[in-house]
Amino acid sequence: MRHIISILMENEAGGLSRVAGLFSARGYNIESLTVAPTEDPTMSRMTLVTRGDENVIEQIKKQLNKLIDVIKLVDLSEGPHIERELMMIKVRAEESMREELKRLSDIFRGSIIDVTSNSFTIEMTGDGSKLDAFIAALDGDLIVETVRSGPLGIARGGKRLSLTS
Amino acid sequence: MELTGAEIVVQALKDEGVEFVWGYPGGAVLHIYDAIFQQDAVRHILVRHEQAATHAADGYARATGKPGVALVTSGPGATNAVTGIATAFMDSIPLVVLTGQVPTPVIGSDAFQEVDTVGITRPCVKHNFLVNRVEDLADTLRKAFYIATSGRPGPVVVDIPKDVTDPNIRIPYEYAEKVEMRSYSPVERGHLGQIRKAVDLMMAAQRPVIYTGGGVVLGDASEELVALTRMLNFPITNTLMGLGSFPATDPQFLGMLGMHGTYEANMAMHETDVLIAIGARFDDRVTGKIASFCPNAKIVHIDVDPASISKTVRVDVPIVGQVRSVLADMRRLIQELSCTPNQDALAKWWERIEAWRNVKCLSYDGSDKVIKPQYAVETLYKVTRDSDFYLTSDVGQHQMFAAQFYPFDKPRRWINSGGLGTMGFGLPAAMGVKQAFPDAEVACVTGEASVQMCIQELATCKQYDLPIKVLLLNNGYMGMVRQWQEFFYDGRYSHSYVDALPDFCKLAESYGHVGMKIENPADLEDAYREAFGMKDRLVFMDVVVDPEENVYPMIEAGKGHHEMHLSPHLSSERELA
Repeated sequence: MRHIISILMENEAGGLSRVAGLFSARGYNIESLTVAPTEDPTMSRMTLVTRGDENVIEQIKKQLNKLIDVIKLVDLSEGPHIERELMMIKVRAEESMREELKRLSDIFRGSIIDVTSNSFTIEMTGDGSKLDAFIAALDGDLIVETVRSGPLGIARGGKRLSLTS
Repeated sequence: MELTGAEIVVQALKDEGVEFVWGYPGGAVLHIYDAIFQQDAVRHILVRHEQAATHAADGYARATGKPGVALVTSGPGATNAVTGIATAFMDSIPLVVLTGQVPTPVIGSDAFQEVDTVGITRPCVKHNFLVNRVEDLADTLRKAFYIATSGRPGPVVVDIPKDVTDPNIRIPYEYAEKVEMRSYSPVERGHLGQIRKAVDLMMAAQRPVIYTGGGVVLGDASEELVALTRMLNFPITNTLMGLGSFPATDPQFLGMLGMHGTYEANMAMHETDVLIAIGARFDDRVTGKIASFCPNAKIVHIDVDPASISKTVRVDVPIVGQVRSVLADMRRLIQELSCTPNQDALAKWWERIEAWRNVKCLSYDGSDKVIKPQYAVETLYKVTRDSDFYLTSDVGQHQMFAAQFYPFDKPRRWINSGGLGTMGFGLPAAMGVKQAFPDAEVACVTGEASVQMCIQELATCKQYDLPIKVLLLNNGYMGMVRQWQEFFYDGRYSHSYVDALPDFCKLAESYGHVGMKIENPADLEDAYREAFGMKDRLVFMDVVVDPEENVYPMIEAGKGHHEMHLSPHLSSERELA
């Protein structure tokens, strides 16, 4: 089953490689991993998407918690939560296609953030399946390149992942 | 007090109460070595290979319970130390390994003797640090010792670039008394509700077994374990790493369990209905086939490391906490509740166990022509049992024979590489033990293959006057490899014969030690007595043993506890299980 795990870590050099190394050493899979400092620059927040049965996920959480730099973590999939992923996608936009691409982008609430005489770069956020749907709606020949952030996640409601929670 | 980085390293070691540092100098650590030269409080022991520095520090740590410290240079110094670091990691031994690094401005430029030490060691340390600024050095060292020794112990590497120890830069020195880390706070006490659940299970048990590992030794919980086990009159078995935490000569002790464990221990595991696992990690050499592991048991697991719980075997009552405090709480609770185990069931259980014990699974075909390795260990026990004795081991058949035939009655006396199985561990580990306990008898049981992996340390033993006794069970083969090839590869002994052996006696003598070759069973005891009588000399005993003796009982990898092979002279006599 797919799990989205949110990790609060010390913002130390090598933190990312400790997490990535743990996954490769123990044969867990990582679907995506994003990391950036929080409002407190001494801490980083990492969002990790992985798959595994209950036992594997339990081990993953324990092994992550065992890393000295990990302050706290939460398995967001255990409760109601919101996921968002950012995508930037560059498409060929010849004269004849420009209107159609603009309309399609609007339907998916994307915004065109760069334009040249023959290309658009579209920014879009949403959960992964929405981004997948947008890609599917495009003629594959038009796609020049795609870059996706991997999901970020946050719990719904007043719950929070912080030093004091 | 204003100190240079190099002086900070030495001063921090003093503040940690470090007595010995095992190491080897090189370019990146020259400033530190200069600071070591100018003081006497911390003694530096010059090994002959960095692997031995980590093993010696490890042996010291296992015997004393204090952290072992090693100091090596960058590049090859660090990579040579990796085997020792991984050895300590697998057995949860507290080490602080200081590695030199190239100066910070050239890190990443493939400089001379540069290697990414933090990257290379990451998967085999509890934690590691690269110190970028001299201002961080003292705090980092303080944290390193704290992390290495607290919770589930383990090795910590501190990588120190050369410019951080620059003799021209002095900064105020302060060594923190306490370490507070928001991201790291090991558990102390176990959950009382969980302990209560465990006690309820234990009191209702028909066929209980206590199974304990290295965690009891590392957690200094032996006294608590003995008190609880005696109070309950439950049978107890130890893992290879747990030997000595319960007296092996006690009738409640079933011997070691697992691949080369005793018949009674493994059969008891197979039939138990309540298993109490304490400071043990359900290693594959212990469990055998997971699907057939303790098929009828409810399992209680006490461990300081939450990640050990339900890692390979699902447990029913997990208790996370320091083993010693959990066992103390458990005993107190049993006394408060004044509950007792089911005595009728226990009596029947002991009867069943006695029947297994009567198989005498460790008996072997003796000989008056050739020295049997089992006899070599039994005689060692006879000669050393009344002395203050420590035994280190290398890896292979001799290790198993020692574990089976030397009954350890106290913890921290049996020192071997259990998890990683590192050949070459025994001799340098014995150096560390002897350094810690100069008045004790320290012996290293080894094989002719293992000992050659760190034999250069005979020079270190000479230089520092370490009169340990080396007991080489010489069968001419990598015995355990040969045994597997006999059993599973139709006797094709592919590269397990150790040809072109040196004359070990002459070799020992060339290092300035005493060599002794023993070939006749009748001479063995006297030879041992003579060797152990030479209190101030290292004696290297080359004991020529039966070349094709096998270790029994044996559970093949992937088989269950009830599927043991017994020694052929036993299996012909009785139908098993």
